[in-house]
Order: sequence, then C-alpha cells, then structure tokens
Amino acid sequence: MISENLVDLSRLQFAMTALYHFLFVPLTLGMTFILAIMESLYVMTGKQVYKDMVKFWGKLFGINFALGVTTGLTMEFQFGTNWAYYSHYVGDIFGAPLAIEGMMAFFLESTFIGLFFFGWDRLTKIQHLMVTWLVALGSNMSALWILIANGWMQNPVGAEFNYDTMRMEMVNFSDVIFNPVAQVKFVHTVSAGYVTGAMFVLGISAWYLLNKRDLPFARRSFAVAASFGMASILSVILLGDESGYEIGDVQKTKLAAIEAEWHTHEAPAAFTLFGWPNEETMQTDYAVRIPYVLGLIATRSTTEEVTGIHDLLIEHEARIRNGMLAYDLLLKLKAGDKSEETRNAFDMVRDDLGYGLLLKKYTNNVTDASETQIKSAARDTIPKVAPMFWGFRLMVACGFAMLLLIALSFYHSARQSVEKQRWLLKALVWALPLPWIACEMGWFVAEFGRQPWSIAEVLPTHLSASSRSVEDLWMSIGAFVAFYTLLLIVEMYLMFRFARLGPSALHTGRYHFEQPGRHGAAAMASPVMNRHHDRV
Amino acid sequence: MDYESLKLIWWALIGLLLVGFAVTDGFDMGVGALLRVLGKTDTERRVMLNTIGPHWDGNQVWFITAGGAIFAAWPIVYAVAFSGFYWALLLVLFALFFRPVGFEYRSKIEDSRWRSMWDWGLTVGGAVPALVFGVAFGNLLLGVPFQFDEFMRSTYTGSFWELLNPFGLLAGLISLGMLCMHGATWLQMRTDADLYERARKLSMVLALVVAVLFGLAGVWLYLGVDGYLIMGSADIAQAMTPLNKVVTREPGAWFYNYSKYSWMMVAPLMAFAGFALVIVFSSTRRSGLAFLFSAIAVAGVILTAGFSLFPFIMPSSLEPNHSLTVWDVVSSRMTLNIMFWVAMVFVPIILSYTIWGYYKMWGRLTNGFIENNKYSTY
Repeated sequence: MISENLVDLSRLQFAMTALYHFLFVPLTLGMTFILAIMESLYVMTGKQVYKDMVKFWGKLFGINFALGVTTGLTMEFQFGTNWAYYSHYVGDIFGAPLAIEGMMAFFLESTFIGLFFFGWDRLTKIQHLMVTWLVALGSNMSALWILIANGWMQNPVGAEFNYDTMRMEMVNFSDVIFNPVAQVKFVHTVSAGYVTGAMFVLGISAWYLLNKRDLPFARRSFAVAASFGMASILSVILLGDESGYEIGDVQKTKLAAIEAEWHTHEAPAAFTLFGWPNEETMQTDYAVRIPYVLGLIATRSTTEEVTGIHDLLIEHEARIRNGMLAYDLLLKLKAGDKSEETRNAFDMVRDDLGYGLLLKKYTNNVTDASETQIKSAARDTIPKVAPMFWGFRLMVACGFAMLLLIALSFYHSARQSVEKQRWLLKALVWALPLPWIACEMGWFVAEFGRQPWSIAEVLPTHLSASSRSVEDLWMSIGAFVAFYTLLLIVEMYLMFRFARLGPSALHTGRYHFEQPGRHGAAAMASPVMNRHHDRV
Repeated sequence: MDYESLKLIWWALIGLLLVGFAVTDGFDMGVGALLRVLGKTDTERRVMLNTIGPHWDGNQVWFITAGGAIFAAWPIVYAVAFSGFYWALLLVLFALFFRPVGFEYRSKIEDSRWRSMWDWGLTVGGAVPALVFGVAFGNLLLGVPFQFDEFMRSTYTGSFWELLNPFGLLAGLISLGMLCMHGATWLQMRTDADLYERARKLSMVLALVVAVLFGLAGVWLYLGVDGYLIMGSADIAQAMTPLNKVVTREPGAWFYNYSKYSWMMVAPLMAFAGFALVIVFSSTRRSGLAFLFSAIAVAGVILTAGFSLFPFIMPSSLEPNHSLTVWDVVSSRMTLNIMFWVAMVFVPIILSYTIWGYYKMWGRLTNGFIENNKYSTY
C-alpha cells in the first residue's frame, strides 16, 4: 500500500507550487488586457502619455510575467514527476487540453510577448497593437484550456473506464470542452484575473496621486483601471462559480461543505452568514442565517433542494459498496474471464469503481473491507468543513470589499474628483493584497473541496501519487521552498523599486524624478545611475 | 485513420516537436551556456542576450508543448519517465528557473555583482538542461530499471547517480557541445566585431569535437551496448498495454534498423554532413549557412537516437518485456486522432507567426545599439 506520508507530502508540494504559481497568473491575465486597452487608446488618440503608460505598466507586468513562466514550468513537470499513476490513468483525456494549451495559447503568448517588449521600433503602430492584443488573447486562451482540464477533474464527463488498458479513455471530446463546470470556472477565474490587474494599477496610481506626482499619467492609468475593474468585479461576483456547484456529485459535496449544510433542508435553503462548523456534532454552532439566499444562489430556483452532508454520506456509502462489486468484477475481467455476463455486470457498476478504489487506502484487496473501513472511506468523501466554510467566506468578503472600492473609484474617476478623496486613495493602496487573498482562497476552496478525489468519483488522490520515497519528497519540497523564497524576495524588491520610480523608469525625461531642478533626485532614484543605491 | 498509422504518426510528431525544441530553444540555451565564455564585457554579454531576447520565450514553448504532447499521446511514457527520472527532471527544472528571471531581471540594475550573479544563473540555465537531456537519451539506449504491476503502476529502482554512467555522460557531452555549437553559429549570424570572431572560431572547434564524440558513441553503442529486440512480431502493432510481449537483448541490436530500413541512414549522415559544413561555412564566413547546417546536425543527432531505438521509446533493463514502445504506450485512437488534427491545424500557424517574429527582429546587434538603448533592452 502507498504510504500516507508520501501522499500527504506530494499533496503539500503540489499545493505549495500551485498556490505560488497562482500569485503571478491572475496579474498576467488582467495586465495583458489593461495594456491592450491602454495601447488601443494610444493608437486612437496618438497621445504619447498612453504609450508611456503601456511601456511603464509593461515593465511591472514583465517583472511579474517572468515568475509566471518560471513557476508554470513546475506545474507541467509535476503531474509526471509526482502523480505518475494519475498521468497514466487519465492522461488520455487530461493530457489533450494541456497539449492544446501549448499549441494554441503558450506559443501565441510567448512569441508575441517578445515582440511586445522588443518590437517598438521594428513594428508599425498597428502591428504592435495587434501584437499586444494577441498576447492578451494567448494568456486568456491558456486559462481556458487549463480550466477545461481542471473542470474535467471536478466533473469528468465524456470519458469511460477501459479495463484492457486500466485507464479512463475519451469517448466524447466536445463533452470535455463544453463541460459546464469548466465554462463557469473559466469565466470566474479570468474575471478574477482582470480584477487583480485593475486593483494593481489602481493601488499604484493612487499612491502617485497621493504623492501628487506624475498626475496626468496617474489619472489616466487610474481611469482605465477603474472602468476595466468595474466591469470585471461585476462579472466575478454575478458569474461567481457557485452556480456550477449543482453539477456532479463532488461539486454538490463541495457546496455542502462550503455552506456547512449538514442536513438537507426544505427549499429554498437558508444561507449561513457566519458560525462555527462543528465536525463532531455535525452542526454549525452560533450560526447566523439568512433565509432563502443559499437556495437562490446555488440552484437559481426556489424549489430545488441543496443536499446536506448527512444525505451525501448515505449515498456515498452505498456507492462504495457498489464499488467493491465493481472491483471484484474488474479482477475477474483481468484474470481473463471476459464472458458477456461478467462484462454486463461490470458495466452496471462501472461508474462506482472509483468509490471502491477509495478503500485502497485501508485494504489493498478492496473486496475484503470491513464495515469500519467502509464507514471510514465514506467519511473521507466529505472534505473538512471548517476550512472550506471560512476559506469561501474570506474570498467573498474580499470580493465585496473590492466591489465597494472599485465602484467608488469608478464614480469619482468619472466625476474627476478622485484626487480629493484621499481616504479612498489610501484605502486603495492598503487594499493591494485583497485580490491575491481572494484568488488564493478561490483556488483552495475549489481544490481542497475536491478531496479525497484527484478526479471526482473516478480516481482517489491517494492512488494518484508516484511511487517515490518520502525522503525524495522532503528534499524536493526543501528545494522548492528555498528557490521560491529567493525568487519572491528578488521579485518583490524589483517590483517595489520600479513602482516607486514610476514612469521615470522609462528615461524619457518627462517624469517626476527627471524634471528641471530635480536632476539630483533623478540620479538618486535611477536604477542605472547609482550603484550605492543597489546595496540598500 | 487506423490505429496503427496513428501510432506511427505520433512517433513522428513527437520526434518533430523534440527536433523543433532542440533547433530553436537549443540555440538560446547554447547562447546562455556560452555567456561567460564568449562575452568578455558587460555590453558584449548584453548583445548576446538581446539576440535571443525576443525569441527565447517562444522557443521554450517547443519544450513545453513536447511535454504536453507526450502527456496526451504517450501518457505511459510521461508517467514512467517523469517519475523515474525524478531528480534529473527537477535538476532541469531548477536550472530552467534561472532563465525567465535571468533575462528579465539581469540588466534592470547596474551593479556588477548583481549582473554577474544572473550571468552564472543563465549559464546554468543553458548548460544544465542541455547536459541532462543528453544523459537521459544515453540512458534510454542503455535501458532503464522500471517495471509495472498488474494495475499499471510503475516503480523505478534506479537512482539519480546511476544515470551518470560513462555512456550517459558521453551522450550528455554530445548534447551540451552540440547546443553550444548551435548557439555559437546563431551568434555568428547576429553579432559583429570581436564577438563575431570568437563565436566563429568556437563554432568550428565545437563542430569538430562533437562530430568525434558522436562517432565515438556510435562505436561504443555497437561494441559495448546490448540493444533490445521484440520477439515474434505477430500483432505487436495492436498491443493495448506494454505488458504482453517478449523482449530480448542482443549486441548490436540498436543497428538493425539501419539495414532493415536503409532510409534511416539519412539521420547519421545529416549529423556528420552538418558538422562538416558548419566548419566549412564558418571558416568561409557564410554565417547563415553555418547556422542552417548546425540545425541540420542537431536534428540529425536526435533523429539518429530515435531511429536506433525504434520501435522502443524507453526499454526496461529490469523487466525487458515491460519496455515502452511506440505500439503500446499510446492514448486511445480517438485522442490520437483529435490531437493529430489539432497539430495539423496549429503547427503551420505557429510556424508562420514564429517566422514573422524572427523576420521583424532580424539583423546584427552591435555594442553601440545596446549602449543607445540601455533602458529598454535586456
């Protein structure tokens, strides 16, 4: 049997590297669009300030993008290095969107990003604008394909188990692409990225406005980000992916955990605003409930029920018992008994095979599982409620705080009164971490909530790991922590440095540290002129 | 399309992606590895970096896509190779970490220690992957210790240090030397003055050395390494899993394909002719042709390894019958078919905008250009 430790460490490594990668991805998704909008304004109006905006925000974008590329490589390697059985078991379906992502999105994004940075003097205005839009298109297409892959992990449609090859195989590709869970996830995730980009530009522009420097530059940047942010935050909240939680059993379980919905209540269910989920007694202590709201959000109806954890447990236990049957029949098929009778019997229970595999954590033979082991496996099908409950609420709280800030920014920016709202500008600077907290929590709720499955109802996480040693995992985790910490320090250092410099980092002679009578200041702040400054 | 043809097509397509990776990303890895060797001053190093500045990221996608295509078309290879070569792959990964950040961050601050540190990073980011890929290919020819259980879970019994055997290291040196040569011919095309002269001389030396090492590896493979052979050819193309075949080992078996399919001789010929013509055209200062034949040599070396192994991809030294071949590691027919059409549509599109990108950024970079654009270049 596979050691618990190995599985836990493999999960830890994946979670760490994915959360880290996801610090850079949302900003890339948002910034590419913001840059494309700014450059469109430049081409339409011919005003130099817009070109400077593209170049300056492009510099900050580049600092972030480099780490996005770096840490993305890890993700591509890691399915193979640490989740070899997973790769074998579902590569037939899961590998396809990844390969398509490479061909359709990464090539586009990466080829044109080179031209974006280096092509200013080599391309016509229109060509360069087209290049910038293609970078934005590429990064968003990449999000589409990776979320099709991820959506399939949550709701594995269009595939069937093949006992000859011992793996899942694709039977309907368009089902995989048009998987409703994937579509909802895509819209929600890219919108969250747009909000991240908008909050980033708003926060830094607000800081310039507070310091009364580079005003025309900062005002215009602020206005672009406020309008783009307004559309994006509405899309994140209105098209929040809770609507995707009624599709597929694991999504339902996730919803029940997020809402600490222990028992199925009459429709429409009440929404628990706050409370203390108690796993022991299976109830939420000190709960504050708002009637009807959960039913409305989750089912978009007043009559459909939201299934509670208690009923899900009963369902899952029955499916585990079916899964034991399926496993027994699979052994017969593998032993060479391919009679019509055995095949038909297997087809009847094939969909529950994954539930049977949950028992592999407790007994290698599956079919000899004891009652206690079956109960434990059923209990495993419900992710821990408290982290789900609080993770989700933290994400939503950040979302609403950003809605408020962006709406006010949009309003005051439209009325050209934003510079008078110093408290708003200050709040925007301090709110810079919010989109990242929300994005990371979103990832956590979606993926922690999928446990104990790597592929919902098909393949338990426990079985998915590679056969490596626990020592291997400790060493690789140590190496990742060391590299990633170092890279983050360097990245943050450069990001702060260039954000402080502002557009004078472009050395056009038109901005804050470069204006007449400020030459001393220019020398002090320039990244290239002053060597002592580098050792601070 | 029938399953058997699809299996062969995917063998060819993955070969094409690997060649695409080595020919494009190969020269920028070579430039990275040579950064401290050829670039004597900060400005010269910046010239070198800026010749590949607009292209390295797109080039690297050949590598990523080759990985993705192996996942999609040969999931078993992806699972066994990536988990078995765990530390070798992590080493490549950690080395590659230095590239995106090295390119982007190096010249953002003018401090000689800062820049020197990133120059080392970029050297590692170019040299280590080039070396490790070669070592991995060398070990494929030797066979790798893995086996499956009845549920197709693979276990690998070797260690990282065992990969560093003499033949593996020779293959690693060939790969490193070849990509450095490729980088040097690229620099011949894109630089001038002293840097150009240095790159030109080094291209010739490397072409000669690598040609000799490549020949040596061939002799070693013939005399000292047992190849793998599938016994009884009945219906091997219809196999569903790698578990049901009989494989033996024989001296010289890696050379059987060249008498069976004589057209495969084209691969080693490409390699040797390529190396020779790199020397000829470097000495006559025809830098474009030198680069072209360098690319042909690189492709020839990789195809030689692939053709010698065929139909094997990853032979098992532990349980030869479980060896991975082009017939029994593939995805379902439906997936192979879909991915084939996706590749047919997108590869030409990718090639056309990649070529447009190179065309737009073409020309020799000089020290003067860097000094006039020091805030907007790498």
